[in-house]
Amino acid sequence: MAKIKLNQLAHSYYPNPGSDEDYALKSMDYDWDDGGAYALLGPSGCGKTTLLNIISGLLQPSKGRIEFDDVDVTQRTPEERNIAQVFQFPVIYDTMTVAQNLAFPLHNRGVEAQEVERRVADMLETLELSAKADRRAQGLTADEKQKISLGRGLVRYDVNAILFDEPLTVIDPQMKWQLRTKLKELHQRFKHTMIYVTHDQTEALTFADKVVVMFEGEVVQIGTPEELFERPSHTFVGYFIGSPGMNILPCAIDGAAAIVDGHRIPLGFHYNPPAKAKLELGVRPEFVRFAKNTEYGVPVSIERVDDVGRHRIAKVHLGQHSINVLLAEGEPVPSYNIAVVCDPIRSGVYANDHRIEGQALKEASAW
Amino acid sequence: MVAKTVNQRAWFLVLPVLFIVALNAIIPLMTVVNYSIQDTFSPGVFFFEGTKWYQEVLSSSRFHSALGRQFLFTAIILAIEIPLGVAVALAMPRTGPWVSVCLVLMALPLLIPWNVVGAMWNIFALPDIGLLGYGLNWLGFDYNYTQQPVAAWFTVVLMDVWHWTSLVVLLAYAGLSSIPDAYYQAAKIDGAGRFAVFRYIQLPKMKRVLIIALLLRFMDSFMIYTEPFVLTGGGPGNSTTFLSIDLVKAAIGEFNLGIAAAMSILYFLMTLLVCWVFYTLMMRGEDET
Repeated sequence: MAKIKLNQLAHSYYPNPGSDEDYALKSMDYDWDDGGAYALLGPSGCGKTTLLNIISGLLQPSKGRIEFDDVDVTQRTPEERNIAQVFQFPVIYDTMTVAQNLAFPLHNRGVEAQEVERRVADMLETLELSAKADRRAQGLTADEKQKISLGRGLVRYDVNAILFDEPLTVIDPQMKWQLRTKLKELHQRFKHTMIYVTHDQTEALTFADKVVVMFEGEVVQIGTPEELFERPSHTFVGYFIGSPGMNILPCAIDGAAAIVDGHRIPLGFHYNPPAKAKLELGVRPEFVRFAKNTEYGVPVSIERVDDVGRHRIAKVHLGQHSINVLLAEGEPVPSYNIAVVCDPIRSGVYANDHRIEGQALKEASAW
Repeated sequence: MVAKTVNQRAWFLVLPVLFIVALNAIIPLMTVVNYSIQDTFSPGVFFFEGTKWYQEVLSSSRFHSALGRQFLFTAIILAIEIPLGVAVALAMPRTGPWVSVCLVLMALPLLIPWNVVGAMWNIFALPDIGLLGYGLNWLGFDYNYTQQPVAAWFTVVLMDVWHWTSLVVLLAYAGLSSIPDAYYQAAKIDGAGRFAVFRYIQLPKMKRVLIIALLLRFMDSFMIYTEPFVLTGGGPGNSTTFLSIDLVKAAIGEFNLGIAAAMSILYFLMTLLVCWVFYTLMMRGEDET
């Protein structure tokens, strides 16, 4: 178990990277706590797997250093770093039995035979594979194979960290849930530092204490699921987390109000945005609602209302911008004088995609 | 419910295939079968002989020794070419511009006609003017493949290894290239050494192509004719007279059609049998995939 520190880390797949564009991973400085469960979340091609492979030592970074417990391990092999990694597609050793597969990483490290047997039996139990221990691994189903891959990482109790690269891609939905629960359990039991790469926000938010959101080779936010939801620090986070994502509307700022398409939307803070920046108002569908008849809101027209199961989402138009509004259960859809109100405290202002902070107002306007 | 009448006329479409197969396989084979159970003195005059030719072939020491030489040759060839082919494939680069260079180099021997290979080595190994023969003698070895059985065997084996190892290399290389990177990465993470990677990842993943390589090399080497015919002509003495060379001697040299036909049938059945045994043994436990 170890604290992982990324020091000015950057990576490019080109031999002589020139501009920023050439970097798959842009320079980053982060500390990852010992025993934490982290999820690396982001769209395909954002550099998640690159970062993971650099941490595990499968890839040498072009720049910067990586430290485990303040020891520089940049030049060390995965073996020396004592890292376990589980890949997207199950990797099993075809000619071995299930039990031999699980024992393989232990044998390679010269663990005592008795100890190997004990740990393998324990892991078979945990993964519910005891009945198939002596079967050849080749004939198993995809999720059983992936369980073996997981098991080969987890069977080593003393690893510095366990890295998962979208490990549940090939697993059935029902099984996904079970395996994820199992991983959480194991994390609580062994307190390994775990880093879990995924592009599925549900997976990330349920697995991790801290979610690391990546976008175009950069970490745009590290935070708890609540922080990502309540205060996304980048428009991409707002858009990527949440279902549907945050409404992002081009706007102008006038003190404590945003002007969208000529309409004033009151905000909870007083902003001084940098000049010439691209300004946007970000507000989650959960924090937009239809105005009650006595209130003053922004006039909109309704395009359609979708029923997505637990709630309904109204898609409305404000000028040429569209806004998603989450309807509370049983809330009627207004039919005339339609207007929406945004929660001023939970509306954020973004300059060039990054959240800017405002000064608190003397008296907050009620929402 | 009305029963659909099944139109069986589609079977007629198979006729052209049957015709071609009959022409190129069944009829020639049946002709050989005919010769193997009859005796003839002039065209159109046949006597039924039953299993006489078979008994004669099976009890002749000439056949036994040719068969023995044949198995020995094939065993040596397989024991050298399969491991060597795998080793070369493992040593070949997996990416970069050298891949195509290596592949072309490897394909070259396979593109040379067999009798040309025989002729090349015939000259190459001559002790007075050939580079190999002259070189060996210059180094102090007493080497003359036209007179020494051991030297003749050495030359024939070396020629076959030169000619056919590339086939094993190419097949093994194809098997290696199909292994996803994740396997190697996982092996690194699991702390597997170079040998463990070979034993538990590369070898099992190459198994199928190696079975094909083994079968092809078995069949080809078991039926080898052209190259030793051109190189040594079966000599010195009978030392490199393999089955097919012996067969041709019996059929064309001595015009023993009955004996030659019986040998052909036995030869064919043996090849078939050994291939089947190989295949069944190798594919055991493969049914689960």
